Amino acid sequence: MSRRAVRKVTNLVALALSGLATAIGLFFLGAILWTLLRNGLAGMSWQLFTAMTPPPAGSGGLLNAIYGSAAMTVIGILIGGPIGMLAGTFLAEYGRAARLSTLIRFVNDVLLSAPSIIVGLFVYELLVVRMGHFSAIAGAVALAIIAIPVTVRTTEDMLNLVPQGMKDASTAMGAYHWRTITSVIYPAARSGIVTGLLLAVARISGETAPLLFTALNNQFWSSNLAAPMANLPVVIFQFALSPYPNWQRLAWSGALLITLSILVLSISARVVVSSLNNGGRR
Amino acid sequence: MNTVAAIDPRHAAGQRLRERAFRAATFVAAVLVLLLLGGVALSLLIGSWPAFSHFKLSFLTREVWNPVTDQYGALAPVYGTLVTSLLALLLAVPVSFGIAIFLTELAPVWLKRPVGVAIELLAAVPSIIYGIWGLFVLAPVLQRHVQPWLIDTLGPLPLVGRLFQGPPFGIGILTAGFVLAVMVIPFISAVMRDVFETVPDVLKESRYALGATTWEVIWQVVVPYARSGIIGGIMLGLGRALGETMAVTFVIGNAHRIGSSLLAPGTTISASIANEFAEAVGDLYTSALIALGALLFLITFSVIAVARLMLLRLARKALSPL
Repeated sequence: MSRRAVRKVTNLVALALSGLATAIGLFFLGAILWTLLRNGLAGMSWQLFTAMTPPPAGSGGLLNAIYGSAAMTVIGILIGGPIGMLAGTFLAEYGRAARLSTLIRFVNDVLLSAPSIIVGLFVYELLVVRMGHFSAIAGAVALAIIAIPVTVRTTEDMLNLVPQGMKDASTAMGAYHWRTITSVIYPAARSGIVTGLLLAVARISGETAPLLFTALNNQFWSSNLAAPMANLPVVIFQFALSPYPNWQRLAWSGALLITLSILVLSISARVVVSSLNNGGRR
Repeated sequence: MNTVAAIDPRHAAGQRLRERAFRAATFVAAVLVLLLLGGVALSLLIGSWPAFSHFKLSFLTREVWNPVTDQYGALAPVYGTLVTSLLALLLAVPVSFGIAIFLTELAPVWLKRPVGVAIELLAAVPSIIYGIWGLFVLAPVLQRHVQPWLIDTLGPLPLVGRLFQGPPFGIGILTAGFVLAVMVIPFISAVMRDVFETVPDVLKESRYALGATTWEVIWQVVVPYARSGIIGGIMLGLGRALGETMAVTFVIGNAHRIGSSLLAPGTTISASIANEFAEAVGDLYTSALIALGALLFLITFSVIAVARLMLLRLARKALSPL
């Protein structure tokens, strides 16, 4: 083969392989979704949303786990969201160039990819040991700690997208910085910040490891935040590894439920971002 | 109204007060981020102290893990963590590289976004889902079709053969590495895609003008330019794989020993903690598990720190491209 032909063939093979790699990635997403649908759809019924988790042989649903997951996720984002937004505001507005901000950005990036089970251990030492028992509030705090770095990052990015001219205009009117931030910058970046919060919710609502020894689990209905509380991820973990067919069926239904909600959250967050970007370009 | 308010001294004082309060609130929140990391490190240090002071350095070098006699060593989980993560990188890096190339250089514009989003969604799937998928779908497939083939073809080879001997369990180190690979592909390919996009078009176009093929442009221009970003992305994926918990817990087999074969069950740091922590009785047992957590923190912290510094370096370069 001539040198030219060799180069052409190499090119084709390399590009074909990159297409193949993409196909492999998409195949795994398809395989996982298909498995979930096939095993989880059968258990989808009203009972899933109206009955408590059953004993090994009985029939039941996931109501207490769904409630527990929703409650802890909401409390987690209520704690973590505002802290993350304020910290992101500091990085984008007050301390943009400060040395301290560089350090905080770096530490935030580390926290963003830190193993979530370590967060579980930290909250265990911080709250569970002191309270003397597992509790829903400890679970919520663990989720909040995971939500904070996500919110800090998205808030800072979104505030930086607000045109400098708008900020200057507000300052020129005699507004103090806090007034500019709350009345001009926040409204301008609103949909971006909401997206960040949605992504944070998506991230924490599937977390299992940090709940294992903070909220633990609960076979029964409980709305007491100071007591252990059932939650979808830990119930899935426990039921999927059990030898009982009815528990395994519930685990698959729970898995389908949680994955679908997270995918819907992530996709809607992206839709918001892309409409925002298109709006900004015009 | 505003003109009057602006010259009212009481109003101005109130504004200054609110300015100070708001500024202080954002500052406190930002410092809290620092305190979080410090708090995590401190609590791990305190919690692991009994185990480290009892076993000293032998905690790092012993394989034994026996709650009955209260003897603990970290060697097996540390080995499992490192080997599963390296396996994951071995499988995931070429695929991620291919995906990043496809998304930046090859895909038509209308295809870029949907495929990119689909790959990103792979990262949004919670790790527990990977766990049950790995245990009930992937492990049986590997056990029936892949592992027997590995045992037959690679098993008899000298040196590397030992890695592929023994019965096909389905679950074990290899399966855990495989699941981790699928999990880190979206992270690595997202970073690679982003760094490939920072390569200035002028550089690529000059090389095309000299008659290079697409692949030559990628290999001779894009990859060298984005090198530190590529390494950063791989390290970030490694950080993910090292700390991943639930998916691994399902498929690793949870055996506190070091098998010579990759097909044998093992354990990782995070899987040991997830499995045993809630049921651990006795201060030494709990402390040994927290000590494992401290080791994991140390390993992932250094890996992630290096990754971030690499990416920072590329970001600086992108500001002054030529």
